[in-house]
Amino acid sequence: MKIVIPVAIVVVTVILLVAGGLSPSQVGIAVGEGVGTTFTGSSTGGTVPEQVVTAFLQNVQRRNWHGAYAYLATQNKADEASFVRELAGRDASLRTFSTLSSWDLKPMHANDGEADIRTTMHWSTPVGVMASVRDLKVVNEQNAWRIVWPQPQLADVPAQVVPVNYLRWDLVTHASPEWGNSGVDGPRVRIVSMNAVSYNGGSVIMGEALNEDTVPAFVNVNATLMGQDGKPIGEESSFDKILHVLLPKQVTPYRIDFPNVELQSVKNVQMDIKTTLVPASADPVIGVMNQSIDTDATGRKVLQGQLLNQSGQIVNVSHVIATFYDTDGKVIWVSDGYVDSALYPQTPETFSVEVPSTVAGSAHNYHVVVNQYSLERS
Amino acid sequence: MHMRLILAALLGFFLADLCFGQELNPPQQATAGNPFSIPTSGSGSATFYLFGPGSVVKQDVHLGQAVDVRGEDVTTAGRYTVILCGDTCHSAHFFIAAASPASLSFLAHPSRAMVKQSGSISGVVFPFDKFQNLVLSPVTVNFKMTTNKNSLFSRAVPTRQGVAWFRSDSGNTAGLVLLSASVNGLSAQRALQLVASDPCNLRIKAKQTAKGVLVETDPIHDCAGNTVPDGTIVTFTANSGAGRSTVDAPIKQGVARANLTPSGTTVISAASGVVMGNELRMDVKR
Repeated sequence: MKIVIPVAIVVVTVILLVAGGLSPSQVGIAVGEGVGTTFTGSSTGGTVPEQVVTAFLQNVQRRNWHGAYAYLATQNKADEASFVRELAGRDASLRTFSTLSSWDLKPMHANDGEADIRTTMHWSTPVGVMASVRDLKVVNEQNAWRIVWPQPQLADVPAQVVPVNYLRWDLVTHASPEWGNSGVDGPRVRIVSMNAVSYNGGSVIMGEALNEDTVPAFVNVNATLMGQDGKPIGEESSFDKILHVLLPKQVTPYRIDFPNVELQSVKNVQMDIKTTLVPASADPVIGVMNQSIDTDATGRKVLQGQLLNQSGQIVNVSHVIATFYDTDGKVIWVSDGYVDSALYPQTPETFSVEVPSTVAGSAHNYHVVVNQYSLERS
Repeated sequence: MHMRLILAALLGFFLADLCFGQELNPPQQATAGNPFSIPTSGSGSATFYLFGPGSVVKQDVHLGQAVDVRGEDVTTAGRYTVILCGDTCHSAHFFIAAASPASLSFLAHPSRAMVKQSGSISGVVFPFDKFQNLVLSPVTVNFKMTTNKNSLFSRAVPTRQGVAWFRSDSGNTAGLVLLSASVNGLSAQRALQLVASDPCNLRIKAKQTAKGVLVETDPIHDCAGNTVPDGTIVTFTANSGAGRSTVDAPIKQGVARANLTPSGTTVISAASGVVMGNELRMDVKR
């Protein structure tokens, strides 16, 4: 009996090793999700063009740029350096901190010579998963399917001098031992609107806050939901769905999500705004150009436009927060999204944030603000 | 055992009756930090106790001679108890008052205030002597508010229970304001900033450039004519066939400006906080 169990374990182990060696290797293949006719990143089947795109994306996922570049068609081919810059990002943009985690492939059209495949790439980033959609054209070149990847139009800012009247606030925090002479008052920031809505079985608290003071403020908004019995049933902060550094007379939207609290169970909401006087800079100024609510390639309603960095320094990561109003000027939704490319001086960069279909129908007006993070200033 | 306890209790009651049944005459008026004497009568030695809010003193004394209390033993204002125990014990209470003011605690609020706000500035003074006792006896505090060497406000306020305060309107002119409080040559000063109020009559103008449309405001003032501080955000909005464009631009050198990229018939507006400016309509050709 003492020998039977070890022998059995050894036999089973050998069987498993042999079975593993005989089955095809799937090391490095991402796990994705398939919907309908979607061909996912975990699949090894599909048509030949889809298999080529999958192999290409596997190389992108491993950051094997040279290997991925080998899958590109010769016609209208991007040079390798631009190709890498487009996919890997540059200048400490959000893409440089991202990894391709999975993808969805949706064949749009195919014949013997070419195929169009809608590719949704899911990138793991420090601020969560971001999806980017790209329609890839795959062509049959001398009996080998290859991906058409045209030369990207990367921002190329000519050498120039951009004059900036640099404006900033410094904070002197000399603490005098004399009582009553130890500091200055904190900034005066007021919540000017608040709305609570039910969303996906949870609750969302949103609104706007205004810095009424003449100094910059670091702002955070907290909300506590009180139940029917008067006891708190949820407490959250606005986290990144707010402009934390608010310049004088600047308005910020805020949004606080309670995914696990139904709105019907809430009797009232206690709002709390925390402000701190902080050093800040008034630059760079980022314009939000050509905004409009449209339908994107996947059929979703999005607010899209262009960000224009009007200063002379590179903005590494930008975060767009959009406020939507109804006909009465009431805030009905707050959406946000990150832009994975850096903002170069005087160079427009596209952005889009998702708008729930229920909001898109009733949104009469909207306002977009931009959070920005620059390595030079952090 | 019970008998011993009963005897001890009776002895305690007897001694207590001796202690508090007779009088000791300390000075009625004493000031913190000032030495004084308490006369005694009789002969022989006794023990002198002094209990106060900040000190306890025990010393052997000779009856018939005055007991000298050092100034450093009575630096804290408040109620003191003295006990003199010879053959019998005598006790008395007296109060030590704060000395003359040696420092002022001056609390001014707020550190920033908008112009033309009624009752928006307040100041409170607490006078203390050199031992940090609150001076409860009335003293007159002279409050002054000056800006650029011009006096905005001056008032003499007597303290009540150790506190003097004032409340005042903010002036019409933005800038640094110095608040001072003085008592008998002592003074304390605080600085506060009077800042411009909300923009008044916000007006914009626009001109077409090679890059789009340059929009800028006229110099921005509040309704009292003060320049709105640099850094204040003005939001420019352009609605055109190309969609909506917005720029949150800070005021620099009194003016906010932004480049917009509309095309076609365009309506441009500006706002700062809750204040709206005028609207411009222009036909932008690109």
